[in-house]
Amino acid sequence: MHELSLAGAIHETVTRHAEGRPVRSVQMRIGRLRQVVPDSLEFYFGIVARDTPVEGAALELELVDALLRCGVCDSEWDPAPPPAEVEDDLLLPPMFRCPACEAGGGEVVRGEEFEVESIVVEDLAPAETRNG
Amino acid sequence: MHRTKIKVTEDALDANTTIAQANRADFDRDRVRVVNLMSAPGAGKTRLLEAALPGLGPRVGVLEGDVQGSIDADRLAALHIPVTQLNTDNGFGGECHLDANMVRTALPDLPLAEIDLLVVENVGNLVCPAEFRIGEDAKAMVCSVTEGEDKPLKYPLMFRTCELVVVNKLDLLDHLDFDLDKFFHNLDAVNPDAERMLVSARTGEGVDAFAAWLTAIAEREGAAEPAATG
Repeated sequence: MHELSLAGAIHETVTRHAEGRPVRSVQMRIGRLRQVVPDSLEFYFGIVARDTPVEGAALELELVDALLRCGVCDSEWDPAPPPAEVEDDLLLPPMFRCPACEAGGGEVVRGEEFEVESIVVEDLAPAETRNG
Repeated sequence: MHRTKIKVTEDALDANTTIAQANRADFDRDRVRVVNLMSAPGAGKTRLLEAALPGLGPRVGVLEGDVQGSIDADRLAALHIPVTQLNTDNGFGGECHLDANMVRTALPDLPLAEIDLLVVENVGNLVCPAEFRIGEDAKAMVCSVTEGEDKPLKYPLMFRTCELVVVNKLDLLDHLDFDLDKFFHNLDAVNPDAERMLVSARTGEGVDAFAAWLTAIAEREGAAEPAATG
């Protein structure tokens, strides 16, 4: 459900860098710990881009697998994101807990990215060149 | 039509962070510490503040974030503390969280010179508020025992971002299947460093500890120092 807010933040960033030029595509890196649902983000991005120079731009997402490092024993592991539904056993295998020594609160090495890497814009004819 | 690829390499939330830093500078200038208080809807944030704020040592003000209306702000204003309402409804349904810019628009209405501590009661939501910094010194959340012990695992972003987790509605524990040990086990998995408190805002149990925590934030290092900005 946070995808609408995030789509707005992406749109703001893209618009600033496009400087008035029509945007054809946006390349992003998103860490899996952000718990972003790609389809949902693309859907809302399409809505917030309406009637702006970003309208119709493709949102191309590269999902970055998460990696945690244990502060106690230095082990590294990938904490798979928690499933949406927890049914029988509320005590799921704790993904944020070190699989080697059981310590909690590992340091995030990667997986929290939310970065606009690049955008592809259409060049304007010289007469319509940006004013800022 | 010729196309150009432009390298951006920018966190999409940077714009928010920049504004959050500006808010922080303004708060620092008036030596006001800021707590961003978050929770799911109905966890009892307002009730907790009603219980904890009267008689608090530091001079406290509240910025009340809601999609619509001033029900919570009216309740807190009855405590005779400065309360500023910030509605996120922009005619498009209303934002489900406060971001740095919304807080910035409320700054002129905040009596910063007259308070030591500003508690920002965020919009009830366990997802979006965790993403947007507002210029706070500390993030805290309220989680009530009616919500289930799985919540730290379902909303790790929120539970990881808070330095304090207040477990509220403790008076209901006898009527529920909520397992405190399982809850803390789950919290330990995502944020073992989080300070934790058990309270019932309704009966007053444990509220003193929360009031003491707020007081400590108000006195946190830097509070008495002049702003670094020129």
